[in-house]
Amino acid sequence: MDNLGIIFKRELFSYFATPLAYIFIVIFLIMNGIFTFELGGFYLRGQADLLPFFGFHPWLYLFMVPAIAMTLWADERKTGTIELLLTLPIRLRDAVLAKFLAAWVLIGIALMLTFPIWVTVNYLGDPDNGVILAAYLGSWFMAGGFLAIGSCMSASTKNSVISFILTVSICFLFVVMGSPILLESFPGWMPQFLVDALSAMGFLTHFNSISKGVLDIRDVLFFGVFIAAWLLASAVVIEIKKAN
Amino acid sequence: MIEIRNLTKKFGRFTAVDNLSFTVTEGEVLGFLGPNGAGKSTTMKVITGFLSASGGTVIVDGHDISKNPIEVKSLIGYLPEGAPCYGDMTTLAFLKFIARIRGYRGEEIVERVQHVVNEVELHSVCQQTIETLSKGFRRRVGLAQAIMHDPKVLILDEPTDGLDPNQKHHVRELIKNLARDKIVIISTHILEEVTAVCSRAIIIAEGRIVADGTPAELESRSKYHHAVTVRLTDEYDLAADLSGLAAVSAVEKDGSEELSYTILAAGNTSIFAQVSEIAQSKNWPITEFHVSRGRLEDVFRSVTQAQGGE
Repeated sequence: MDNLGIIFKRELFSYFATPLAYIFIVIFLIMNGIFTFELGGFYLRGQADLLPFFGFHPWLYLFMVPAIAMTLWADERKTGTIELLLTLPIRLRDAVLAKFLAAWVLIGIALMLTFPIWVTVNYLGDPDNGVILAAYLGSWFMAGGFLAIGSCMSASTKNSVISFILTVSICFLFVVMGSPILLESFPGWMPQFLVDALSAMGFLTHFNSISKGVLDIRDVLFFGVFIAAWLLASAVVIEIKKAN
Repeated sequence: MIEIRNLTKKFGRFTAVDNLSFTVTEGEVLGFLGPNGAGKSTTMKVITGFLSASGGTVIVDGHDISKNPIEVKSLIGYLPEGAPCYGDMTTLAFLKFIARIRGYRGEEIVERVQHVVNEVELHSVCQQTIETLSKGFRRRVGLAQAIMHDPKVLILDEPTDGLDPNQKHHVRELIKNLARDKIVIISTHILEEVTAVCSRAIIIAEGRIVADGTPAELESRSKYHHAVTVRLTDEYDLAADLSGLAAVSAVEKDGSEELSYTILAAGNTSIFAQVSEIAQSKNWPITEFHVSRGRLEDVFRSVTQAQGGE
């Protein structure tokens, strides 16, 4: 547990030691602004909620999160520091978890810095702040899901660009899996339980209800298990690939 | 003590380390020699717990690396090949990170970091980020992190690679000072380093041990052991004078130096006295005369190439 904290701090500080964290946060905020106010029609809707804000998050994360995740392990392998890290007296699971948490907290910070939107909506109307809080949490958990995929993809290659492309592709699959676009395109012969199972794995299925303020424990659990599974896969991939 | 028994490491069908067995005890500085790709680095990676073995066991101070990796890793200080460090950190921040991971807390962190900074002379670059450092400094940062916790076992993969002669000398002195109650394993291509710092040398080729002994023992396996090298002022037919001497096997002309000849001994006996006697009686035109202990390079080539030819 101690080691986890030490590695976590090192990782988080290293984001802020380079311009990476700042660039990420600034772009995240700008994109959020564009999506919410321009495309989402925040004012035109005339409703005191943040649905247009959260509604775009899956698509925003689709590119922003892999950008953070791509270096997670790929850089360690490229520079050889993975050999240094994994010969220190630490457990692999601590390293995997610490790196994941550091990146997740960075995304959390970026998410928190969108608070002016929350202030605005409270100034203009009388929104249900419980719903908004639930949606923030749900959004952060969904980002964690993207990030965990990214962690695994980053572990599988030394090249961070390949890691980025792989992560985006797989994340895209999980985003659209629960969307009507994909559900309709499934061939008719596919058994219903398979269609149901696939759509249950989709991010949108879970995120839509959360963003409307329904913080169902099953949705949170879904992202929790999803993250755990991909992190476990990351550890396995690191174990297999570290020799190359 | 490190015990390595029947260690094998395979990558797919390629066998990098093949049934390697040896033990190293406290106070020994073991030089690990071998051509590129012989399995030196792989062996080190298995001992340090970075890679897991395909077969055999590594026991460090009573702990099996495959069963108690954390205990073994806390006993070992390791400088991986190329001395990788986190480039975006400053030297000081990096060393503090290592100190924390190695279990130091509070004031101890500052003390330990100060100690290793003194030991490898890093004062001038403490506040610089590691990616801006020269190769020599980076290597020293790597050494500093390896000796942070005063480890019982120090494993250094090519510690002096890329250093200038002064830095090399300094690192060797450091290793000698550290070695007293420790186990040190260093891998190197530089043979003079073995004579300079190692108390024992193992030469491996294709994952197998082909020679194991003190540097002096290995040198004595060279055909130049007891050989006498003379340098003349004028051409002179040495072979004619020496033909009656059974202890002399041959006279070689040195390739690089003119008028320089090496007289090889036939058996494992000194020919110095006999040759110098003849030289005096026949009045050889000599300017230099010295006896060779043997050439490690020559032993290295003969044992590793014999292996390769199989």
